[in-house]
Amino acid sequence: MTDATTMETRTETGTRDALLEVSGLEGWYGESHVLHGVDFHVKQGEVVTLLGRNGAGKTTTIKAIMGLLDKRRGSVKLGGRETISLQARHIARMGIAICPEERGIFSSLSVEENLHLPPKLAEDGLSTDRIFELFPNLKERRRSQGTKLSGGEQQMLAIARILRTGSKFLLLDEPTEGLAPVIVQQIGRTISALKEEGFTIVLVEQNFRFAASVADRHYVVEQGRVVDMIPNHALDANIEKLHAYLGV
Amino acid sequence: MFELLGVPPQVLMGQLLIGLINGSFYAVLSLGLAVIFGLLNIINFTHGAQYMMGAFVAWMLLNYLGIGYWPALVLSPLVVGAIGIVLERTMISRLYKLDHLYGLLLTFGLALIIQGLFRNYYGVSGLPYAIPPALQGGQNLGFMFLPNYRGWVIVASVIVCFGTWFMIEKTRLGAYLRAATENPELVGAFGINVPRMITLTYGFGVGLAAFAGVLAAPIYSVNPNMGADLIIVVFAVVVIGGMGSIMGAILTGFGLGIVEGLTRVFYPEGSAVVIFVIMAIVLMIKPEGLFGSST
Repeated sequence: MTDATTMETRTETGTRDALLEVSGLEGWYGESHVLHGVDFHVKQGEVVTLLGRNGAGKTTTIKAIMGLLDKRRGSVKLGGRETISLQARHIARMGIAICPEERGIFSSLSVEENLHLPPKLAEDGLSTDRIFELFPNLKERRRSQGTKLSGGEQQMLAIARILRTGSKFLLLDEPTEGLAPVIVQQIGRTISALKEEGFTIVLVEQNFRFAASVADRHYVVEQGRVVDMIPNHALDANIEKLHAYLGV
Repeated sequence: MFELLGVPPQVLMGQLLIGLINGSFYAVLSLGLAVIFGLLNIINFTHGAQYMMGAFVAWMLLNYLGIGYWPALVLSPLVVGAIGIVLERTMISRLYKLDHLYGLLLTFGLALIIQGLFRNYYGVSGLPYAIPPALQGGQNLGFMFLPNYRGWVIVASVIVCFGTWFMIEKTRLGAYLRAATENPELVGAFGINVPRMITLTYGFGVGLAAFAGVLAAPIYSVNPNMGADLIIVVFAVVVIGGMGSIMGAILTGFGLGIVEGLTRVFYPEGSAVVIFVIMAIVLMIKPEGLFGSST
């Protein structure tokens, strides 16, 4: 076979210019083996979702990328650099930030303290003023206890605090879960705006309508593996298949 | 002068003062325990031995190196805190993923070893440590005589306790500490070095114990058992206040010292057990402690 074919295959899978390249990723919570070889990649500036049923391993995949599992194996390359043996704090310093599913707002910290907790990793993060401009509610309530905010405000805070760090690669775990439609729209606009600015985002979602409104590509996760990839433009053609995957 | 229930005010005030001094030690020691427990989830049974080491290091500085009380007040907590850091790095840090019980066993064993070593070299009769010249003498307050050194112990304890409280509750460093107490994983995922923070926090908590030890040296004799006697009461104080609550540890420490002093006036037979009786009652009514949260 010629070089051209190899080239073509590589371009098609697109791993060549991937910012994040996950291959054969296995992960454990204590003794239980949750991820059984996850493969996917994300290119610079892309918004990619992980779709799948409850317990499929989406959140675990995110945590594994961030280095938050008890044990992980396989390969997670960030900007070409292998991170599988690194600790979470070293991975974070490579410019990747997580917004966890449970939002992770600290109850013993005020809104402002929560916002300022993650250290700045790069100079071009959003300033506090700019964040308060984007999320005026947070400014108004900056002296309140973090967990006294509404669910929507807590989600805003969880996103805002990682924007301050200057990380350009975000892992967002179900940012719309349990929120009112108007807040979901606001979060959708925020994600689109971030994409415009060149952020790379991996989004875990159950709400695939929301996912379709913001993402470039969708990976389907099932039983700890990625079983399919659907580009956003081909979503309509694959809707039956997707429903079968998600069991809706 | 007035009398209260047949008790002369001199006696009442005298016991209140003793109560307040005991309370100072309870507060500083239980504060250290609370800080350590909050972040490390380790019940530091070595705390009493570290308090004793604080007093001994002050004594050694004076008798071997001629370094007096005031530098010792800073140096001794640094030395004992540094020893604590070595213990944390080499031993305690291996237990974080295990049950509380293992940390308790390790630190209890360490306490026995440390106390045994000091008993072996220095005996149990106690070594004298003089009150620094600047704090000798006392003030006649009219209703009572206040020895200067005892007044200083109370003032120094209050300053250290509220300084620690301020640092933890009001500063950026404290925000890291509070956040790591709640969710160390996530704090690590923001790029913060949590293991280093844990090590330094342990060192700080141990340093607080040593500080109390230096304060205690001129009042009680410097004795290998001085910590073992005190720490049992301090654990009762921590249980009453609620494990891990900073302000709870401080207020309960001072408060119970005073309660103990008053009991000595009005019902002397009960003074040795009153704190344990209160502990039993608190455990029945509010098991998480007066200032603890139920979660």
